[in-house]
Amino acid sequence: MSLDVEAVRKDFPILAREVHGVPLVYLDSANTSQKPQVVLDTLAEFYSRHNANVARAVHTLGSEATTLYEAARDKVAAFVNARRREEVIFTKNSSEALNLVAYAISNASTFPGADRFRIGPGDEVVVTEMEHHSNIVPWQLLCQRTGATFRWLPIDASPDSPTSGRLVDSAIDEVITERTKVLSFVHQSNALGTINPVERLVAKAKSVGALTVLDASQSAPHLPLDVQALDPDFVAFTGHKLYGPTGVGVLVGRYDLLAALPPFLGGGEMIETVDMTGTTYAAPPHRFEAGTPMIAEAVGLGAAIDYLSALGMENVAAHERELVEYALPRLAAVEGVRIIGPAVPVSRGATIAFTVKGVHPHDVAQLLDEFGIAVRAGHHCARPVCVRYGVPATTRASFGIYTTTEEIDALVLGVERVKEMFT
Amino acid sequence: MTLPLESMYREIILDHYKHPQHRGLPVEFDAEVHHVNPTCGDEVTLRVRVAADGTIADLGWEGEGCSISQASTSVMSGLVTGKPVKDALALQERFLELMQSRGEAELSDADEDELEDAVAFEGVSKYPARVKCALLGWMAMKSAVAEAGERDADELKETIG
Repeated sequence: MSLDVEAVRKDFPILAREVHGVPLVYLDSANTSQKPQVVLDTLAEFYSRHNANVARAVHTLGSEATTLYEAARDKVAAFVNARRREEVIFTKNSSEALNLVAYAISNASTFPGADRFRIGPGDEVVVTEMEHHSNIVPWQLLCQRTGATFRWLPIDASPDSPTSGRLVDSAIDEVITERTKVLSFVHQSNALGTINPVERLVAKAKSVGALTVLDASQSAPHLPLDVQALDPDFVAFTGHKLYGPTGVGVLVGRYDLLAALPPFLGGGEMIETVDMTGTTYAAPPHRFEAGTPMIAEAVGLGAAIDYLSALGMENVAAHERELVEYALPRLAAVEGVRIIGPAVPVSRGATIAFTVKGVHPHDVAQLLDEFGIAVRAGHHCARPVCVRYGVPATTRASFGIYTTTEEIDALVLGVERVKEMFT
Repeated sequence: MTLPLESMYREIILDHYKHPQHRGLPVEFDAEVHHVNPTCGDEVTLRVRVAADGTIADLGWEGEGCSISQASTSVMSGLVTGKPVKDALALQERFLELMQSRGEAELSDADEDELEDAVAFEGVSKYPARVKCALLGWMAMKSAVAEAGERDADELKETIG
């Protein structure tokens, strides 16, 4: 079975919109995805029929809201094949999920019984050069707080190399050593489209006893994600790129680790007993969900997951593989266009960054917008990638379940037109 | 696939981008400034020489960035060179107002006469993210003439001493 794109498009009301008098061509799903009607309906239904706070009200609405919120947790757990539902923590977004791990680790240095997570001078935290800022800055801050050293795996950016746009393989064994305490890396790069070798990186990190954190923000919406098969200790992703609402993200963690980690944020619902002389904490996942959570958004995310599961993530991945196979050679064939990222559709997602000779990316994006085509321009919150490639910024087209080959044709034609105007 | 009428990319802007005026840094100058627009990574280095009678005797620049920033700097250079500093700053104020108009500016014939090619940037004012690009060169000019003015005042003090 493959994806019926025309049927999918009918489920997304925003795709019927016009921009500047022409039909919208939305090629910015890596930034945020559009939402199917069922997600919008679920949000409206929650607020109009079931709204109440969770886990504390004994009345009917409170019980309904709690059931819906916890059912969303079950849906996420099944979607990523978590070992148990208690491994799923709702956060605000991927950034908060990654910060949660980084802060819980530094809190461990003063928390009784959490010695195993302590890091300090002489220890190292490793990321990759192709991370989004949200998987760089929390770790730089952790290193500042603890005195640990921040290191990274470099990108091969040489234009003619067969591994251009991928991590330098030989660096993996050089950078990840006995001193590494945490390896946090992106599954699929938002700036390059590269899909990293998760098994190899996780196996290497485990062999030196490091904790592993996988940023799956750009992979969860596009590939079947099996946290048991990939086996990192923590996985972060966000709801709004997964056809769900903004304001909800997910951290999936190994239960034994979550149960031993100190809290990140303190507040309501994350406690066991509070006494003015001391507090004990709830078991995971609630230990890490302080205060009233994003209830409607989590329920909306559950609806998005149901929608994706009905399409089948294998079908989603196959559809997007076809799109990237279609788009890469056509874009690369435009004279003056340089693809920033892997040039071949192998271990690569349907996110394509490029530059156009003689035209600034902001002009490319602004002009494409005038043709109704929405793309992103800038450093994509992954500035080190642009620095490595020696470009100030790139233009990025990113695809999703509703993207068609006709839209890619419109993009290629649009880029041709932009070039004409500037030469 | 034609450009909508309200496009910010008017032919005049593209012409200035392709054929920038006053590009190149004069050897003799009273002040040099370097301005950056972090959103697009636009950069401009600008030098001015102000004559004894208070007119902008020479102005030149080097820059890199998006078409809006580079074309606007080119238009500004052509407009203010040879004008008294006072008039250049008044024009800068008018252009700033135009850029802050969010597409609602009602330009009089007098405005259009005064701003000349700079009127073409009116469409940019509808895009708050790009207003800074259009203002980059103008802000650099404003800083440069201020700096040149301070230097003059200092020299005057020394002379009077």
